[in-house]
Amino acid sequence: MDLAYSEEERDFRARLREWLVKVLPELPPRPSPDDWPGRRAYDLGWQRRLYDAGYAGLHWPVDAGGRGATPTQHLIFLEETERAGAPYVGANFVGLLHAGPTIAAEGTPEQRARWLPPVLRGDEVWCQGFSEPGAGSDLASLRTRAVRDGDAYVVTGSKIWTSHAEVADWCELLVRTDPAAPKHRGITWLAMPMDAPGVTVRPLRTLVGSAEFAEVFLDEVRVPAANRVGAENDGWRVTMVTLSFERGTAFVGEVVACRRTLGELARAAKANGRWDDPVLRRRLGRLYGEFGALWRLTQWNVSEAQGAGGVPGTGGSVFKLAYSHARQELYEAAAEVLGAQSLSLEEEWTAQRLSSLSYTIAAGTSQIQHNIVAERILGLPKGR
Amino acid sequence: MDFRLTRDQRDVRAGVRALLAGRYGREALRSDVERAAGAGVEPGAGAAPGAGVDRSLWRELGEAGFFSLRLPESEGGAGLGLPEAVLVFEEAGRVLLPGPLVATHLAAGVVPGAASGAAVVTAFDLDGPLVAHLGGADAVLGMPEVPAGVPVRSADPLTPLWRARGVLPAGYRDTGALLTAALQAGSALRTVELAVRYAGEREQFGQPIGGFQAVKHLCSGMLVRAEVARTAVYAAAVTGDSAEIAAAKMLADGAAVRGARDCLQVYGGMGFTWEADVHLHLKRAWVRAEQWRTAAGAEELLAEALLTEASASASASASASASASASASASAG
Repeated sequence: MDLAYSEEERDFRARLREWLVKVLPELPPRPSPDDWPGRRAYDLGWQRRLYDAGYAGLHWPVDAGGRGATPTQHLIFLEETERAGAPYVGANFVGLLHAGPTIAAEGTPEQRARWLPPVLRGDEVWCQGFSEPGAGSDLASLRTRAVRDGDAYVVTGSKIWTSHAEVADWCELLVRTDPAAPKHRGITWLAMPMDAPGVTVRPLRTLVGSAEFAEVFLDEVRVPAANRVGAENDGWRVTMVTLSFERGTAFVGEVVACRRTLGELARAAKANGRWDDPVLRRRLGRLYGEFGALWRLTQWNVSEAQGAGGVPGTGGSVFKLAYSHARQELYEAAAEVLGAQSLSLEEEWTAQRLSSLSYTIAAGTSQIQHNIVAERILGLPKGR
Repeated sequence: MDFRLTRDQRDVRAGVRALLAGRYGREALRSDVERAAGAGVEPGAGAAPGAGVDRSLWRELGEAGFFSLRLPESEGGAGLGLPEAVLVFEEAGRVLLPGPLVATHLAAGVVPGAASGAAVVTAFDLDGPLVAHLGGADAVLGMPEVPAGVPVRSADPLTPLWRARGVLPAGYRDTGALLTAALQAGSALRTVELAVRYAGEREQFGQPIGGFQAVKHLCSGMLVRAEVARTAVYAAAVTGDSAEIAAAKMLADGAAVRGARDCLQVYGGMGFTWEADVHLHLKRAWVRAEQWRTAAGAEELLAEALLTEASASASASASASASASASASASAG
């Protein structure tokens, strides 16, 4: 149980902090949430700065073009960038945290050479074609079909909840290649160019009021067979590699952000007098304790991952369950601090309150996470 | 940073677990419960004042270093720290080891005989006029003598209570709360195991009840709370930070109390019987939730710490922007 950072880790933090102080004031103004081309340019610009400074793909293996940083260094990176108010990973999320690590782990040398450098340099954006109208958390029920025709797969179907689809160059696409096989088998992982004929993107409006994600319709889209990562019908296993990254590290920086928000809430409550209400004050105190513990849990999970050769374990599900509910509680408390002012959409906390509703749904619903914890960690029998 | 347990720490934990499995298994627990209940005014209802500490068990714990763990080697201790102590107390919590464990541990090096387990030391760690284990105690932490008290029937069969007047001396509350939180975390983890084992064995509607999502989600919720609490306890043991200890206690209390209640629910009708151990975990968790630092007290302490930190970071960023504008005007000049 050692929470102290090594000299090397402290050095890493100090250099990163110094760089952030220098580079952040040089950034262009943030585009509005609905300005997709602006968001793409902004996010790719940030990625390019990370690349030039040697911070791109920090946690990727060195032979994939990454820095081969330890999980602890990655944790420090997420902590410091969030603390400094640096841009979020944004449109590069899928490329850096899903598709990239998957290709690095499962791709051929040609595939790695083709797709990984543009992600790291901030040249190309990826989106994720996993969920379908009939297959969200029950991902194995996906129905989008791909039929082999010569040197290509012909893909027909539709995807939904696809973040950044409007500005993506590539889609990590799951398709069914063997309809007769049991549902976890017969799935294949393809890299689909988003400008291929037959691809139609239709933005979806969320309850926040903005177009955060899209529907993607696929009408006889020809995807070269060379774009298949892993073996045909082995896409489920390939995907599981990806998802462990998602739950393992994707939310780390956000805990830091929530702790900062909590401090802002306390100051606001003190300023408007609501701090004198012991019920609200205790509620904020409880959240402070919970987010402190969640930060320790990320350190625990990162240490465990470091011990297991960098692969995040099932601790990610425990974390995601606790975190997604705590985040919703945080913004409920924010509404109590604001009072009637929380009805104004001009309040940043109100927008956050709305978007926090997705946290118990996205990346595997809380109910699915409970099943994962119950079956894979506790060993309870599978059932209904 | 490597938060994981060191090899030595894993050895400490394994050693204590083996010791307690041999010395305080389920049969010992149940025989204590029956003896305590039998001595009561109404059999089966609660702890009687006669439900004292088992002196031979106490000495064995003392010999195993349970109380002297953190004393320097020069004083006959093991020279270990809070991280090792919380591992030991977590194991004690798992098996529902009875007695004023925390107070006696805190008294080691202060009250003669506490370190070796020759003396039983209790403390006024509850708010109000109640104190546990007074009748069987040789000393009370921080008090010159053991005060007189009137026995009170206790909800927990193995935690006898007295009405008495006394004080908790300053300086012990944080460590007492941390070690109590470790006991709670151990109990919470144990009730997850009990629930999971029962859910895997008990069949209804032609399948183990653990196959039903409703039951699975109860169990996984228990584990999530227990794991968050355990991590908080470990981290607080490393930092010794007062707010972090308060958070650990608050979370561990919740994990233990809710864990035992959910475990009882998984056991169904069996859970509401005297013969299932679930109620023993719940009743002890209630006692510990009132000891050293309550959830309400922890929340107030944490609120204060949050406001202090928030104000400090606000003034830090204010002074940072002030110096930034100062340097900006300097360069403009």
